[in-house]
Formats: sequence, structure tokens, C-alpha cells
Amino acid sequence: MTDLTLDPNMTAPDDAYAALIAAHDGLTREESEALNARLILILMNHVGDPRVILQAIETAKR
Amino acid sequence: MTWQDRYPLSFRLYPYTRSPDQDAGQTVRHSVTIVGGGPVGVATALDLALRGIPALVLDDHEGVGQGSRAICFAKRTLEIAHRLGCGAAMRDKGVIWNRGRVFHDRDEVYSFDLLPEDGHRYPAFINLQQPWFERFMVEAVDRAKAQGAPIEIRGRNRVTGMEATADGVTLAIDTPDGPYTLTTDWLIACDGAKSATRDRLGLDFDGRVFEDNFLIADVKMSADFPTERWFWFEPWFKSGASALLHKQPDDIWRIDFQLGWDIDRKTELDPARIRKRIDLMLGPDVEYDLDWTSIYTFQCRRMDRFRHGRVIFAGDAAHQVSPFGARGANSGLQDADNLGWKLAAVLKGDAPETLLDSYDTERIHAADENIRNSTRSTDFITPKTPQSRIFRDAVLHLARHAPFARPMVNSGRLSVPATYDGSPLNTQDALPGGPARTRPGAPCPDARLADGSYLLDHLKGPGFTLLVLGATPPRLPTGLPVLTLETAANPQLRARYLGEAERALYLIRPDQHVAARWAACDAGKLARALDRAQGKAP
Repeated sequence: MTDLTLDPNMTAPDDAYAALIAAHDGLTREESEALNARLILILMNHVGDPRVILQAIETAKR
Repeated sequence: MTWQDRYPLSFRLYPYTRSPDQDAGQTVRHSVTIVGGGPVGVATALDLALRGIPALVLDDHEGVGQGSRAICFAKRTLEIAHRLGCGAAMRDKGVIWNRGRVFHDRDEVYSFDLLPEDGHRYPAFINLQQPWFERFMVEAVDRAKAQGAPIEIRGRNRVTGMEATADGVTLAIDTPDGPYTLTTDWLIACDGAKSATRDRLGLDFDGRVFEDNFLIADVKMSADFPTERWFWFEPWFKSGASALLHKQPDDIWRIDFQLGWDIDRKTELDPARIRKRIDLMLGPDVEYDLDWTSIYTFQCRRMDRFRHGRVIFAGDAAHQVSPFGARGANSGLQDADNLGWKLAAVLKGDAPETLLDSYDTERIHAADENIRNSTRSTDFITPKTPQSRIFRDAVLHLARHAPFARPMVNSGRLSVPATYDGSPLNTQDALPGGPARTRPGAPCPDARLADGSYLLDHLKGPGFTLLVLGATPPRLPTGLPVLTLETAANPQLRARYLGEAERALYLIRPDQHVAARWAACDAGKLARALDRAQGKAP
């Protein structure tokens, strides 16, 4: 069991960030919210471990 | 004053007759009285009577009201009904189904198969109108009574007042011949969601009320839709925010439409308006008759405690869930199953009264599980906040192309019997490698035996049973029957009761739940487990 990592883990953080912002280009607020929701669900599934997901939720609430 | 029924009947099953109590000249005392002749009340009475405990049911009507209402009955319910003598009739009349499909707009986004497992007498689910379910149960009462079981259902006996004391309850009852009173050592309140007994004791409910209305339309038509449960989120035909289509016997189809909160009930129940919604769904050329319509709202909540001294609550009177998942009537039948043997044991002096506290513990555990599941389904079907709605829609969107999202689509998680994990009646699991599904507290899964009979037929009590699989039984306490079975040629038994173990002993309760299991056990361990399961020792 691994814990949630909060240390740098992305090989190209600037690229990943730019891709996230670009995905929202030209979207209405509603469309952006829907996109974000889908993205969260996809990443949650990729993580899988419910313990890590709960740690991420708690970290986000901080 | 002439008698006024509150609703019309489907079946007149127990016509009013004047009882000797009304002419006794004094208040007659009964052992157990059940208020409410619905499925839970009659099942409780029948269970008690078959154990030799006199059971009196009071119902303010002479039979079962109209409307299909609860239509999905689960395997465990049918197994309980089988023990009570009416399971086969229900299955034979019912519609057996296994597959459910969930649509979003026009597209199928998720389907499930209840995957019938071999070696069960009963299917995972049948659909059957509640009036038929109740009728079969009352017919079983009549048969039991003819064979001498001490059971009586009094129609048009309306409880109008009650006084509970430490050792019993006095009831004021109205009948077409006027009022009378009786006292009872024990009162089982099975008088439904609006339980008057609950109100009379000044008890309340905790939980959530959901702000949504659902329209039920039962339509009669000869359609060749498959025998499947079809559920739509945001259906293309726009008859409701969600919709359900499900088959019942006699060419009746259950259709549900989600209407929203702010509606005018009277307007929505106008048959012309209902037909318009159905026409949009079925198309203009389908001929049908409206058989029954109703609008319902629901709550997910339960009483703080189900036992209040000599008054015990069961079924909807004690707890309510949303209909998604068929957890209402099915959990009520499990209440009856849990309570019957315990109350009988207490009344026969075989167990201390504190055994009844385990009814509270175990059935509250079950109610919480049902409430949690049905609340989650409801939150998915009718999201409460804008964010909840956004995520719901994201799941539906993803489910079309991303398999991971499909099991998140929640149109109801179907009723399964509760496993009483952590019950004070359980003895700690002592079967290394044993299957999780038969751990202490679990309901026994059925299995086909070499002679063609079913395992559950041999676990009908009336008391506890020791099931021995390839092990040597210890010296037995008086009166404990042993069921020794060969597992070598029975993969079902091995998979369900041995797992990775080579041998096992199971102590099975009268309600067919596992009390204890061991790889090996001596007389002392067995005696302690038996005492614990009867509330005699911690």
C-alpha cells in the first residue's frame, strides 16, 4: 500500500498544466465543470486505492 | 355507525367475524398480538404459530388493498416464505428475471446480470404484485390453522388506543359490532410507514425525506419487451427525469416516472395526462389499459430503537427506504425471520428476554445497510446539489465508452440479506480458509444435495442445527440435531461452506444464519457458542 504522494511526481509538470488549461479553451463554465468532473473520475479510477483517494480528498480540503 | 374502510381491496381474505373476546364479559389476555396484516405482520404471526406460539393478527381491513406496490421479491424472501409454506406458489405465479439495463437518453450505458448460481431452489428475484404475495401468505396461514397452528387474523379490527405497561399492552379495538378491549403480553407493530402504534408511543423517526415525486403506472398490455428491468436516466421520450419499465405477472407492466418536487398531485393523476406520458414512452400505436396508478414520495429513515419494552416494531413501521433496490418488503420479511425464533425462545423459557435486544442490534445493522444503499441510489437518481448533478452526469457520460464508470451508474442496488457482522450472538470465526459468504452472522446460501433435496430444507429448525462437513462432531448438547453431509462429490457445498478448509462444523440458527463455525470443536466450545447465540452468555 502506498500513500498519496505530494512530492513532485510528473515528468513534465509545465506541459501537463498547459494541457489541462488548453482542454478548457473555448468551453462555457458548464462545459468546463463537466470536463473537470469527468477528469476527476478518470483519475480516481486510475488511482484505484480508496485509501489514497480519501487522502487526496482530505488534502484538497485543507 | 357504519364501518368505513380506508381503501378498496384486491382480495378479501379474512372477513370480519365476531370473536369470543367480544362476548367474554372481561378483557381477554393474549400472548402475542400483531397489529397490521401486511406481509411483515402475517409472516411474523405465521412464523410464531408454526413454532407453537399463539399469534393474533389485528387488521383494520378484511384483506389486502389494491395496487401492485412492492413488486420485486428477493431470493431470501422466497426462502423465508418457503419455510412458512408459500414460497413455491409465489415463484410459480411470479415473473423470474435476471437482467437489468440502464439507459441514458437513447443509449445503453450499463447492464447487469444477476447470474443465477446453481443449487438454489429460488431465483435471485421474482416480480409479483404485493396483493398476490399477501394472498399466498394468508393461504399458508389457513393451511397451518387447519393443521392446528395457533394463529388467527381478525379483519376489521381497528386499534383505536393502547396502553403499554412493563408486562404487556392493553388495546382498545373497534369493530363493525362496536368496541372491545384485549390485553397482550407482547405487541408486534407491523402497521406500516405511518404506524399509529409509533405515534401512540410518541416515538419518532430520524432520517432524510427526499424531495421528489414518482408516478407509478401499472399498464396491462401484450408487449414483447424482454423480461428485464429497464431504467432510463433523462430518457429521450421525456416522460420524466428518469423512467423504469418492469414486467409483472398477468401482462401487467410497472412503469415509473420521476416527476420532480413541485407538482400538483391531482393534475398529475389525471388519466389523460398519464396516458400522454406513457404514449411518449411506448409510441402511439401500443394499446394498453391503465391498471393502477399512484404517486409516491419516500424517506430513508429508521426508529432509534425497534424494541420498546413489550412493543416491538418491524417492517416499514420501524424503517423506511427508497424503492430503488427493493429493500422495503424484503427487509421487512427478514425482520420477521429474525424476530420469530427469538420471541418464541423467550416465551418458551428457552432463552432470556435479553435475547430480544439482539433483534434490535441485528435488524438496526440491516436497516442502516439498506438505508445507506438506497440513499446512495437516490442521490444518484435525484442529485441534491449542482455539483452532485455534475458528477452524476459525468458518470453517465463516461459510462458510454469507459468501462470503469459503468458500475458507478446507480439505479438501485438490489436487496441482499444482511450479514450480522459484529452481532453479540456470533462466536468468532474459527474456520481458517472458510468462505467469507458463510462467516458468522451470514445467512446460509442454499445448495443442492446428493439426494436432490436442498440444504435449507434441512435447516428449518425449529431450533439450532449443527452442520458437519467431513469433521467429527463432539458430544452434543441435548436436542441439538446434527446434519452430516458428504462434500467429496458436491462442489457447491465445498465452495460455499469449506473454501480452502478441508472440514468444518457450522452452528446454524433457527433463522438459517451462521452462529459459529470451526475447523474442529469440542463439547465445551459448542455449548458456549450455543449459549451465546441464545443470549444466555456474552
